[in-house]
Amino acid sequence: MTLVETAAKATAAPSRAAFRPPPAATLVAGLALALIGVAFLWPGLIAPHSPDVADPVNALLPPGGGHLFGTDQLGRDTFSRVIYGTRPSLTIGIGATALAALAGSLLGVLALAGGRVLDEAIMRVTDVFLAFPGLLLALLVVAVLGPGTTNATLALAASATPGFVRLARAQALVVRRSDYVRAAVILGRPRAAIVLRHILPNALPPLLVLALVNVGTAIIAGSSLSFLGLGPQAPTPEWGAMLSDGRDFLSTAWHLAVFPGLAVTVTVFAINIVGRSLQVRFEGRTPGAGL
Amino acid sequence: MPDSDRTLLTVEGLRVGFRVPGGRIEAVRGVDFTLAAGECLAIVGESGSGKSVTARALVGLAGTGASVGADRLELDGLDLRGIGDRQWREVRGGRIGLVLQDALSSLDPLRTIGAEIGETLQNHGGGTRAERRARAVDLLRQVHLPDPEIRVGWHSHELSGGQRQRALIAASMAADPPVLIADEPTTALDVTVQAQILDLLAAKKDAGTALLLISHDLAVVARLADRIAVMHGGRFVEQGEARDILVDPAHPYTRTLLTAVPTTRPRGTRLSLTPIAGPPPGPDGCTYAASCPLAADSCRTGPIVPVLREPGHAVLCPRTDEPWPAPPPPLANRAAPAETTGEDDEPATVIEVTGVTKSYGGPPAVLEASLRLRAGRTLGVVGESGSGKSTLALLVLGLLEPDAGTIEVLGRPWSARPERERRALRGRIQLVPQDPLAAFDPRYRVGRIIAEALGVPGAWAARRDRRIAGLLERVGLDPSLAGRHPRQLSGGQRQRVAIARALASEPEVLVCDEAVSALDVSVQAQILDLFVDLQRELGLALLFISHDLGVVHHISDDVVVMRSAEIVERGPVERVFQSPEHPYTKALLTALPSPEDVLDDPGPVARPT
Amino acid sequence: MPATLRWLGRRLILAAFVVFGAATAAFAAMNLMPGDPVLTILGSTNPTPALIAQVRSDLGYDEPFAVRYAEFLGRLVHGDLGQSYQLREPVTEVITGQLLPTAELALTAFVLALAVAAVLAVTTAGRRPAVRRVVSALELLTTSSPGFWIGILLLTFLSFRIHLFPAAGGDGVNGLVLPAITLALGMTGVFSQVLRAGLERALEEPYALTARARGTGETAVRTRHALRHALIPVLTLSGWALGTLLSGAVVVETVFGRRGIGRVMATAVIGRDVPTVTGVVIVSAVFFTLINILVDGLYRVIDPRLRQEKA
Repeated sequence: MTLVETAAKATAAPSRAAFRPPPAATLVAGLALALIGVAFLWPGLIAPHSPDVADPVNALLPPGGGHLFGTDQLGRDTFSRVIYGTRPSLTIGIGATALAALAGSLLGVLALAGGRVLDEAIMRVTDVFLAFPGLLLALLVVAVLGPGTTNATLALAASATPGFVRLARAQALVVRRSDYVRAAVILGRPRAAIVLRHILPNALPPLLVLALVNVGTAIIAGSSLSFLGLGPQAPTPEWGAMLSDGRDFLSTAWHLAVFPGLAVTVTVFAINIVGRSLQVRFEGRTPGAGL
Repeated sequence: MPDSDRTLLTVEGLRVGFRVPGGRIEAVRGVDFTLAAGECLAIVGESGSGKSVTARALVGLAGTGASVGADRLELDGLDLRGIGDRQWREVRGGRIGLVLQDALSSLDPLRTIGAEIGETLQNHGGGTRAERRARAVDLLRQVHLPDPEIRVGWHSHELSGGQRQRALIAASMAADPPVLIADEPTTALDVTVQAQILDLLAAKKDAGTALLLISHDLAVVARLADRIAVMHGGRFVEQGEARDILVDPAHPYTRTLLTAVPTTRPRGTRLSLTPIAGPPPGPDGCTYAASCPLAADSCRTGPIVPVLREPGHAVLCPRTDEPWPAPPPPLANRAAPAETTGEDDEPATVIEVTGVTKSYGGPPAVLEASLRLRAGRTLGVVGESGSGKSTLALLVLGLLEPDAGTIEVLGRPWSARPERERRALRGRIQLVPQDPLAAFDPRYRVGRIIAEALGVPGAWAARRDRRIAGLLERVGLDPSLAGRHPRQLSGGQRQRVAIARALASEPEVLVCDEAVSALDVSVQAQILDLFVDLQRELGLALLFISHDLGVVHHISDDVVVMRSAEIVERGPVERVFQSPEHPYTKALLTALPSPEDVLDDPGPVARPT
Repeated sequence: MPATLRWLGRRLILAAFVVFGAATAAFAAMNLMPGDPVLTILGSTNPTPALIAQVRSDLGYDEPFAVRYAEFLGRLVHGDLGQSYQLREPVTEVITGQLLPTAELALTAFVLALAVAAVLAVTTAGRRPAVRRVVSALELLTTSSPGFWIGILLLTFLSFRIHLFPAAGGDGVNGLVLPAITLALGMTGVFSQVLRAGLERALEEPYALTARARGTGETAVRTRHALRHALIPVLTLSGWALGTLLSGAVVVETVFGRRGIGRVMATAVIGRDVPTVTGVVIVSAVFFTLINILVDGLYRVIDPRLRQEKA
């Protein structure tokens, strides 16, 4: 009769997650990500034109005809530039998240495993860095290092790391205090086996999901930096930079304002949907799942 | 007693169904009863029987997605079928009060208890803010909450469990509803507090309130109920006078339930029948047919017609006169010692705790505790919540270091040793936890959980599979369950897996920390029988920690009673239960409910005839 | 209330430590800057060695590191954040001069986001699954769009096409509408998701059932019981939200050509005007830390369980 219980719970508790993407949406989002992956690796397969060849005669053409998304002020094909822009645009977000997740997880686990003094030291320094709200830490780093893809990536990684330190520590703490780790101790399992077979495999997946969701945030942050002129420099076709270039022609060429931003939104939306679906699967194992 | 025979609630053919993904589930399938002023009807059933849904349907709160239907649903002349939201709000709290199980979560933690009581008053008549407050103080005094003038401004987390339950009852009764529904009102409480709450409810009943008591525990309702309805699979399988049900149960399910209550059983008798797993019944069949010892094919197809056994005693079973299967042989005399030391006849000591004290920074959680567990015997540790019994378990398992005192396991030093030294001995003392699901790695299936305990990753897979199958069979599980995930198992099956894992390393000692507390009575009976069987076959010593006196009495050879971190009484179980010396033990035993309470003069509870 | 006082004391000490750490990090950043800062300040004007030495001595760059650190902290205590390279005026004056427009923008966006989110959440929590699902998907979509793009779209279609709002600058309400909406949009999605999840969790709790069983109506159950519980996570977020709004202002003020700290910051970062950048960062860290203490305090007002002594 546990079926009744499940039924009662299912009806009494419509949904705990803010949004559970339906399977179809997750599938579509997954396919979109696969396509974006192709554009990232082999843009030439999709793009009809070169992203850099100027053609002043055909400048600022509206979408249609031979140019799906129109052309920019130098007559370059916007669609091709959006496709070729995938790699520079996503590199910052993905790179920064990978760096931050790696450094953050290592530091978080080190804090927990390294004894009280190290724990206090790492966590207090983390507190200091968390006091710089939002992008400001990244802006400080760019101001010091100067603009460019590498520096923007490092800057965003620096601003995301403290969050990962906290999460990794909290996650490892939850697992370490769990009944199943206690059960393994009672079974007399060696310390290394407990860490390798229970703590790491259970603490990592939720962190990876959070890292995936953070990729979306980092892509937006990266395109914001590029928009401000702090990311890859011209003529690299980066989405944020393209929007910045297009700003001077908004009254005549609306398409320059729409498509690069749409590319960011579609990418991040797809990542968020897939991330949410994965998060639902790990629900209950994630402490205060991050936003 | 005013209007004592006036029928207030009439329910006929109550049905509640829920829409679920991929179909519909009938939680309540045709329930009939009446309830009169000054009377108590108890609905007894295990989890999923539909008892709580029945209670909530009576106040129109069966839940979203529920569809409620009835041939008659009348509250003192008012037809509750199809009344609107406004009328329901008048009924709720005004004419029917509802008390839920867990007072900690049933009182809004952000509001004072005065505000919670005031809300009921405001919904039904009201008065000014000052009048409501004065009335709230008055109501808290009526439920015997100490210092009501002060506590009215407190939040629920500042009260003890019993005080919270009193406040909740006060809030439910604030508008003087003639009917009170209490859904498991004492389940989360310690036994002494439980008795006080039952007395409070009895007083309400005597004052003329019609009381509908929902419980999983036959022993608890025996004190209070005039009539009992036993619920299984959404139907009342038996309904009648409390005395008839408890003394002369007819339906096979009622009989199984009563046998399963450990309090009434002499030690050494079995609490459960050999589990039966018959084919599932059809939609009209008897829901108990799959595990019923008397079931015939006609039971599975149905329909089943109620049989009137005596006036007012109806049974939903045509085969009550079939011979009941012979009880399984009584368990062998467990006095047989497993090992003996040379000079006396006592078995060897496996756990020796000497003067152990442990605190977490505040007052000690365990204070100078000493105990000895001998091979092949069971030592029960009984105490209410916060008595320090769980800390004692952690100390004995070597998961906590004592502040003072020593612990020896199998004659070797155990406390104050580096974990590396303890590890060699770990396999010989194992834990059976209260919540097995939390104690399994969430990624593991049953087979891998047990394989880990077998602890030889390099061993031949086939041999390991044979040993896993052997362990599963030993605890009464089908070896094919090895491929399942624990989340797909029932509570009883999970506990069996936990026991199989504990047995994998061939231990001499099992520490059972509230190991049967979360289980339904009939499942608890099976697990207790399993422990006794395993002890006899394997010569295990059990350290059995529980808040449940009945369970401890049933399973233990010796018992220690803990209170506020200290052991206040110890001795052979019969001596302690029959002639307790410490006043606390006496109080505990007096408060212990038993189905036989219905026979005795009910003590503080006055029973109308 | 000794517990509350002790809590406040502990929080203030921790805050002082955090601000001190932030200042140190900022100082380190200034000194980590590759190249000679004096050359950066003087720019491309091919200065004479005498002038370089003069500026170096004026700015104290000829002192040892420890002395400069001590002087930096000393000046900081007196509210002196140094001299802007680009604007050639004290950073403190630059910041105070631009504070008001940014505060106006951020607060408007915050209130707008919270109000819209509250309405969305209270009306959709636990109700029709289809409506909920569409609203949740829209919320996720808004949190997936970069703010500056939303701003550019609004400009393109509402200012350049139909001239509803000024395209750049513009004082008063008209100039505030589009930037505030841009800044608020992503925040609204986050707030309303958190608020709805909190409401739905609270409505499932036994105390909500008990309240209904007392005859309390649905609206009262939502506002009197559930909303207070749902506000706790929103409150926790609001510190983070104000920080995000501040850095969002950097982009939004640039898009809409508004005056404010954000614009100063963007210009300073591009011009590598490190004293201005560190000045803004330190001021934000102080502000952010104070906001977090305020949030924690409010937390304790809402939830009496937190007022108890805790280890």
